[in-house]
Amino acid sequence: MNPMKPKTFGSNQEMQDAEKNFLYRRHQRARLAQSVFQLTTLLAVIFLATLLVTVVNKSMGYVVVENKVNPATLSDRPLSELNNTELAQILRENLRKNRVRTLERTGFLEDQSQSTLVQLVEAEIIQPEVVESYNLFPSLINRSKIKADAAVSYPNAKVEFRYWLNGVFLINSMASQPELAGVRSALLGSLQLILITILTAFPIGVGAAIYLEEYASHKSRINRLIQTNIDNLAGVPSIVYGILGLALFVRALQPFTSGALFGVDGQNGRTILSAGLTMALLILPILIINAQEAIRSVPDSLRQASYGLGATRWQTIWHHVLPGAMPGILTGTILAISRAIGETAPLIVVGASTFITSDPTGPFSSFTALPIQIYNWTTRPQPAFQHIAAAAILVLLIALLSLNAVAILLRNRFAKRV
Amino acid sequence: MEDMNQPSKYVIETRGLNIFYGDFQAVKDISLQFERNRITAIIGPSGCGKSTVLRAFNRMNDFVPSAHATGEVLYHDQNINHPSVDAVQLRRLIGMVFQKPNPFPKSIYDNIAWGAKMNGFRGNTDDLVEETLRQAALWNEVKDNLKKSALALSGGQQQRLCIARALAVRPEIILMDEPCSALDPIATLKIEDLMRELSQNYTIIIVTHNMQQAARASDYTSFFTMDTDRAGIMVEYNETSLIFTKPKDQRTEDYITGRFG
Repeated sequence: MNPMKPKTFGSNQEMQDAEKNFLYRRHQRARLAQSVFQLTTLLAVIFLATLLVTVVNKSMGYVVVENKVNPATLSDRPLSELNNTELAQILRENLRKNRVRTLERTGFLEDQSQSTLVQLVEAEIIQPEVVESYNLFPSLINRSKIKADAAVSYPNAKVEFRYWLNGVFLINSMASQPELAGVRSALLGSLQLILITILTAFPIGVGAAIYLEEYASHKSRINRLIQTNIDNLAGVPSIVYGILGLALFVRALQPFTSGALFGVDGQNGRTILSAGLTMALLILPILIINAQEAIRSVPDSLRQASYGLGATRWQTIWHHVLPGAMPGILTGTILAISRAIGETAPLIVVGASTFITSDPTGPFSSFTALPIQIYNWTTRPQPAFQHIAAAAILVLLIALLSLNAVAILLRNRFAKRV
Repeated sequence: MEDMNQPSKYVIETRGLNIFYGDFQAVKDISLQFERNRITAIIGPSGCGKSTVLRAFNRMNDFVPSAHATGEVLYHDQNINHPSVDAVQLRRLIGMVFQKPNPFPKSIYDNIAWGAKMNGFRGNTDDLVEETLRQAALWNEVKDNLKKSALALSGGQQQRLCIARALAVRPEIILMDEPCSALDPIATLKIEDLMRELSQNYTIIIVTHNMQQAARASDYTSFFTMDTDRAGIMVEYNETSLIFTKPKDQRTEDYITGRFG
């Protein structure tokens, strides 16, 4: 990296100078190339950092909370210390008869768990409302000004620092008030969805890759056609897969995907199973291509050694090709999971609900998923929804990284077997 | 096929063997006999089809989609290209050692045990591993590290491990496809000594580029060259000492004296 012209060898002065200049220009170009690559890497890092900072910035900060009813007027003790009877009493006293009747449709209030009753009191009576919210950085910089402003504008309100990604957010399900909304049903929906997707796509994808690489003749026209199609399918927009899923799984296979075939009282085909199978279709080309690449990278000398000892094709594949290809296959699976867990469009088409408050109960239940929930929240006008959307994005990222961590651990185990 | 009540003198024999890759004829009309418990070398210039012929003996050419053969390869008087012959069993009986050492990415122990187990070996694997490693003159070097990865061995050790691995499935013939071309002279000599040792119990066919190796290590030598249409043909086949001292064919003489193009 010395900018000075370097020493060269040789006795002919003229040639030496020419060579020096030539060398100098070559080194210059090499340095230029290096800086370009460093710059591109830097840009990539900046983009990623910006993404993370934006999300984190929105996911916590000061909020000004105003209660519709002051909890102190309901009871002289904190709500969490009251027993069921007292909580039910408060609900009966403060709610209209119709509302109480609606709440009691599934059973007496007194029979509900204490935490449910506390939640009900908060949601139905106290109705805390975030009237003003701030992002992380303004909260850190203008702390005193925020508190002063709040004291002037909302004399009855409380200013508190809120992590929108908190325990309640993880435990609660969707609600119409952002303060009470959570990701529980979305997270569970996403996890069940991914489970179905992987259980379907992984064996099919690896199987197809094995067939295409180890059995199929590369000369056959049909096999080349299949190969070309798989390569092209990897680039088909996800919404198209959504429409396919709608036609195939939701409609045509409705008896199967709604669970009617299995005696489940399914309403329609808009179930986790349909969505999982649609996602499996979506990631199948990626999985197959990556698995093929991994299988191809297993050196042919290993296959020859195995055949030379009198192994059958299957023994060779099972004992040598697959273990050798497994790290690559799992890398492809990681990519595929990442794609599937964040995919939104096909879920909308196959009918993920945007407002669902109950947990998914299995493959035949209707569901919502994290990206759907995030999409739904970001379209709402109230600023608090933007914050919980950011918190949900963090949940999605953490879920994704945990799933990938499992795959990476598996991959390292296979890579270490040598 | 394993019926060896009346062992003939020749274990393997080709009659008018032609091998094609697609439309290209790789070798033409090869007729050779390989004697039991002898080392036979096949020498010749690059591209003359030596390896192709060798791989025809255990049907490894099956894995080259465009390859097909006419003529006969007789193993115990049975044409191995006949559809009724099970290539999987054939490859156990006719083992192969390749040009580049290709141990499995497993431990030394598993490298040897795998092939045997896969072929239904039910005996004491520890004994088998020790026995074959001793046969391959590798035992003393690795006996304390049997669990170590085979890939950590040197090239020469890896090649001897590959030979041990081939021995572990109890073959009758061992095909060696330029087994020393990736090795240094000392490792090469070790393999040659080993071949001599093994020839007491096994029939060895070796393809080599190295004429000194053929002269040193083999009992019989077959010289291949290319015809005008680039198909490999067999020029001369005789006892090694005769090939190297009194070649009958001018082309053989040119090749072994280094006058070949």
